[in-house]
Amino acid sequence: MAKSASLAPEAIVRGLYGWVNDRLGLDDVLAIAKKKTVPQHRHSFWYYWGGISLFLFLVQFVSGILLLMYYQPGANAYESVRQITYEVDFGWLVRSAHSWAANLMVLAVFVHMFSVFFMKAYRAPREFGWWTGLGLLGLTFVFGFSGYLLPFDELSFFATKVGLEVPQALPGLGPIIVTLVQGGEMVTAVTIQRFFALHVVILPLLFIGALGFHLFLVTRHGNAVPPSEELKPERERRTIPFFPNFFTKDLAMWLITLNVLAILASMFPWTLGAPADPAAAAPEGIHPEWYFMSQFQVLKVMGRILPPELQMVGEIGGIMLFNIAGILWALIPLYDKDNRSAKRARNATWLGIIFLIGLIATTIWAYAEL
Amino acid sequence: MTDELSSNEASDRGERMPRRVFFKAGAGLVAAGYAGGIGYPIYRYLATPAQRAAELGAITEMTIPADKMPAVGTALQFLFGNRPTILIHLEDESLVCLDAVCTHLGCTVQFQPDKKIIHCACHGGTYDMHTGKNIAGPPPKPLKQYQVETTPDGQVRISRA
Repeated sequence: MAKSASLAPEAIVRGLYGWVNDRLGLDDVLAIAKKKTVPQHRHSFWYYWGGISLFLFLVQFVSGILLLMYYQPGANAYESVRQITYEVDFGWLVRSAHSWAANLMVLAVFVHMFSVFFMKAYRAPREFGWWTGLGLLGLTFVFGFSGYLLPFDELSFFATKVGLEVPQALPGLGPIIVTLVQGGEMVTAVTIQRFFALHVVILPLLFIGALGFHLFLVTRHGNAVPPSEELKPERERRTIPFFPNFFTKDLAMWLITLNVLAILASMFPWTLGAPADPAAAAPEGIHPEWYFMSQFQVLKVMGRILPPELQMVGEIGGIMLFNIAGILWALIPLYDKDNRSAKRARNATWLGIIFLIGLIATTIWAYAEL
Repeated sequence: MTDELSSNEASDRGERMPRRVFFKAGAGLVAAGYAGGIGYPIYRYLATPAQRAAELGAITEMTIPADKMPAVGTALQFLFGNRPTILIHLEDESLVCLDAVCTHLGCTVQFQPDKKIIHCACHGGTYDMHTGKNIAGPPPKPLKQYQVETTPDGQVRISRA
């Protein structure tokens, strides 16, 4: 009786699966996942980058929760991060993984966005995918900006001060918004508390909501194929099943990402600067994170080419330039709507090339001038 | 398909290990490696305060200064390492030092001078004030007793083995 077949581990697993399946309909989900296909062509590599971004988000979700076990916002912020970095076992690694995953995520999101752009995956009916994606990019930037203040070392203090100058330049409302966000005229412990609430509650809620919608749209419309594939007759196009084929490849990409992250986080641990001192001068050569360097450089150059009396105009002009570029970028699905206008398709591609080169060139320029 | 064929062939020919089993075992090992590589640092990260507390609690001896000595007929509650402890100054001038954590469900006990017992407020457990023996209520075991020694200058030295 003890040797009864129903006690074999596989039988138990099968029995459990059956019990859950009867109630939740797992087979139906699996059937959909097996029926779903992913186009296979020479640009398929770019399909992985959304998944890589998602994986890095998950890493930050988990490592962020771990940091929450010790981090204290407000006046103890610096000391608690110092303890995490130097006293808690493997605290340096958790913090380093969180910071590195943030940076890698921004990179992956950029790659994802530009690959979507050049494959023209924003065209009908995928406009909302493009817009939710841009919303997620914006949230990612605010995540990065708000998280940067939390250790409250020298760098994070000045980065926040400078970053808040951007909304400050907005006529009328700007100073009011900044005073409210900052909780006063200066970056203080109150600011840390607010940025903390933003970073660990408000942004995650917004992000998960937008991400859910974004992923829903992906499953609803499937992967877009680039125009070069669209030209091929139906029978020449190749696809692979989403499950298990593409899913397995997706997981392999996640594993590669995990390895890259592990190497970076352990070989180049994130450092902690001197504690912020509101009375001290900004250190020489201070600059923002790489993903804000392009904007930093454009504002710097604007200030340089304009005469002193037009400085304010230059700054507002620079910020306006970014806003106009952003709006153009967001509206592209309404301009390059489908494959019927080759001229519009070409113009859109040129816009993407100009933006990409502009972004890379100004970033390199900014680093060259440091 | 080919996998199945080769593993069947392999078992038919009685080879040592079919390829499929080999890969499965290898994949399992790698997965276990990753789980350990991620799980171990996380465990140590989360366990740090517990470990530090255990190190703090590992002291076996402490001294209570003369001015903290409880008056005759009263008791002093203090932490021995990180463990609630009670020092009772009995009416015959002798000192009794007991672990103050109730053996029932871990509340901290108190000395009741009027009833001359040690009492736990949570579930009414009662202990003898001389020995820490559980005498009434739910506690299953006596309170642990520590050695007490008075130095010539009036300090109290407490120690546990």
